[in-house]
Amino acid sequence: MTDLVIIGGGPAGMSAAVAAYEAGIRDILILERDSALGGILQQCIHNGFGLHRFGEELTGPEYAWKYEKKVRELEIPFKLDTMVLDITPDKVITATNSEDGIFQIQAKAIILAMGCRERAKGALNIAGSRPAGIYSAGTAQKYVNMKGYMPGKNVVILGSGDIGLIMARRMTLEGAKVHAVCELMPYSGGLARNIEQCLNDFDIPLKLSHTVVKIHGKERVSGVTIAQVDAGRKPIAGTEEFIPCDTLLLSVGLIPENELSKSAEVELSPITSGAVVDQDRQTSVPGIFACGNVLHVHDLVDFVSQEAEIAGASAAAYIRGEQGEAVSIPLETDGIIRYTVPQILTAKKDVTVYFRVADVYKNVKIKVLDGGREVLTKKRQKVAPGEMESITLKQEQLEGVKRLRLELEVL
Amino acid sequence: MYDVAIIGAGVVGGMIARKLSAYQLKICILEKEHDVAMGATKANSAIVHAGFDAKEGSLKAKLNVQGSVMMEQVAKELGVKYKNNGSLVIGFDDADRQTLAELYTRGKSNGVKDLQLLGAEEVHKLEPALSSKVVCALYAPTGAIICPYELTVAAIGNAMDNGAELKCDFEVTDIQKTDEGYQLVSGKETVSARYVINCAGLYTDRIASMIGDDSFSVHPRRGEYLLMDRECGTLVSHTVFRTPSKMGKGILVSPTVDGNLLLGPTSVDMEDKEDKETTAEGFAHIIREANENVDGIPMGKTITSFCGLRAVGSTGDFIITAPETGFIHVAGIESPGLSASPAISEYVADMLKEQGLSLKENPDYNPNRKSAYAFREASLEEKNRMIKENPAYGRVVCRCETVTEGEILDAIRTNPKAKDLDGVKRRTRAQMGRCQGGFCGPYITELLAKEMGIPYEGVTKFGGESMINVGVTKEGK
Repeated sequence: MTDLVIIGGGPAGMSAAVAAYEAGIRDILILERDSALGGILQQCIHNGFGLHRFGEELTGPEYAWKYEKKVRELEIPFKLDTMVLDITPDKVITATNSEDGIFQIQAKAIILAMGCRERAKGALNIAGSRPAGIYSAGTAQKYVNMKGYMPGKNVVILGSGDIGLIMARRMTLEGAKVHAVCELMPYSGGLARNIEQCLNDFDIPLKLSHTVVKIHGKERVSGVTIAQVDAGRKPIAGTEEFIPCDTLLLSVGLIPENELSKSAEVELSPITSGAVVDQDRQTSVPGIFACGNVLHVHDLVDFVSQEAEIAGASAAAYIRGEQGEAVSIPLETDGIIRYTVPQILTAKKDVTVYFRVADVYKNVKIKVLDGGREVLTKKRQKVAPGEMESITLKQEQLEGVKRLRLELEVL
Repeated sequence: MYDVAIIGAGVVGGMIARKLSAYQLKICILEKEHDVAMGATKANSAIVHAGFDAKEGSLKAKLNVQGSVMMEQVAKELGVKYKNNGSLVIGFDDADRQTLAELYTRGKSNGVKDLQLLGAEEVHKLEPALSSKVVCALYAPTGAIICPYELTVAAIGNAMDNGAELKCDFEVTDIQKTDEGYQLVSGKETVSARYVINCAGLYTDRIASMIGDDSFSVHPRRGEYLLMDRECGTLVSHTVFRTPSKMGKGILVSPTVDGNLLLGPTSVDMEDKEDKETTAEGFAHIIREANENVDGIPMGKTITSFCGLRAVGSTGDFIITAPETGFIHVAGIESPGLSASPAISEYVADMLKEQGLSLKENPDYNPNRKSAYAFREASLEEKNRMIKENPAYGRVVCRCETVTEGEILDAIRTNPKAKDLDGVKRRTRAQMGRCQGGFCGPYITELLAKEMGIPYEGVTKFGGESMINVGVTKEGK
């Protein structure tokens, strides 16, 4: 029996472990499938991490090291090269590695911190051939930053997610020519600062409302045909343009990796593809918590750390059997606000609700409603799907509340 | 000098090679691509057809029914997954009902066992996910599913373990007749053989013309598919066909032996034998018809799409003929070629015997091959014993399909050896899951480079110019 098992040793897993330790839990084990701690930050050698949290611009590995150092100082045990194969609803974990073989652990509490994966080409149904030279942006990042190889020299990028933007700059710095970044939507899903620093600074065109309609090439990519799309995101005939290139990078979305959550029978949200959680980041299975990109995709690692600390401290409280007065206040949204995390409140305490919107809106009012009564409102100049928003509710604002609804009103 | 040279390492060539490796013969398989199973074999519906489709009295009908009966045993010997899930041909109206009755009669006459015509209630009970518009069906309990490239890799691996040789990247460009047999030329290399079996798929007509035989032609017919996540693999348990019409057999919905859901194929006659491009129209067609057949297919769970080219012969039937003593064509092997392949191999062996080739049993012949899935199918204790012996089995490389380093190394070291990323994929399923190699691709590249003793950037997706990396970074230099 282990008090707390954390699945994943990336930024979420490490922050959660440190927070649980600081809340008094000592019997902790982190299981990490890679050969090092740090998760995806290991390959994010660009800077811009930690501005919110540490007030300085760190690279991915530097940010990760801040937490890895703590894990090592506190002597929190971790197993590397260890893949978790199964989690049962009663918290039995089956895992494998070279040293221990296939083994099982009964945990009192579990924190899910497996991160996310990139949406692959298959999900897009792009017509044409299937040559070498098509990679997700993160895979290309791994080849360039971790292995020291160039996956291509003439590049088109489909999707303007942050990794795609970062890779547009990275490939350019390595001497490749990035011909265009095509984005299906009329706006980018990436951070505004990345569009400025990764595309505009290098004169890389961002083609909004464009997609790749065909891939050419028998053995290696020889080009792509792009086209403009209409409001229904369908290609407009006559707008096709052939761009010769040897590489197509995809940055078309991230998907929380919840296969293990499913095996543990954790309820998932169809919108976030992550678990449905309460303010403590506890899932529908008591004692199983989730944080980081496995819960919902974040823009900034700073917020991952913050969320993981909540999960770590809450798991500690759960292990100690500290449970507050139980309430159940569901948080609904109007669809314009796509989702919130948490989705339900089970205790009356101060809570920051994170949310994303479905489209770009200017001059809006965010309203938190209890029936017809406005509990809280906040104005924003601009909201966009690529930037996570938050709103903080005070404990006293939750008095007498049965259910809450978040609405967005364009002013 | 080989006794037999087989041109083409698809399922037909592979099964023939395996059959012949049971005899004391020197065999060589010649393949123009970098790996085996690269043509129609790697992109088809993966079905062992019961045998009610082909016309009575045709070679297709005879070899399909025979092959379908043999397949389970072959799969068992080769350690290949095989599932007798049964096939349903669904009908939507009276015209379909009529056609299904004809298929039933044809199937009976072809010798297909246990066929049944079902009414609406029965078919919905058997397959609840079918569209409510389905009113009748033909049920073929002997229908089954298999993985065609797994079967081919295993058959060729088994043939090689029994002494056959495999030459990849060997494209036969010229054939010279000699006193003792034939010389097969590919660039500067020449292979001599007493007997030649032409299993070159789409190119069987080109090979035939090299010996002056223009009696048949083969043209490509495009078939596009969508493959869905393993989450969807239990949506239907049977292979669901539509009632064939003038427009063809239509789009099927089937589970695969690996637990995915397969939708397709389209059917478009082509001219270019290399054009394996998928099309937007094809995708739309598949999605529309699949949704007519079965309710609730989650199209968002598509993990990949692909296109295969059927080798359609000019006679309408399989063309298994000997234009001269010493040369056998096995051409026009479109559907049900996979199902028929075990029977085709026996048929061809008999033809060779008639032509005077002496078939003496190979005393060392072992029909069995260790399953590529031996580790994943082992018990927990057995797995732990294997990990202790070889720690690489404890290291999971492909997260989506849970494939270990040990299994990938086995694929790189076992006949026929995987030499590229796609070869590893077809042998182990690593990179075949929902992330499509996003996470494990770079690591498998490293394993291939190390095992083959080639530079990292020399690793390809499928041979030729299909390089994964095209250079090194500034720091890498």
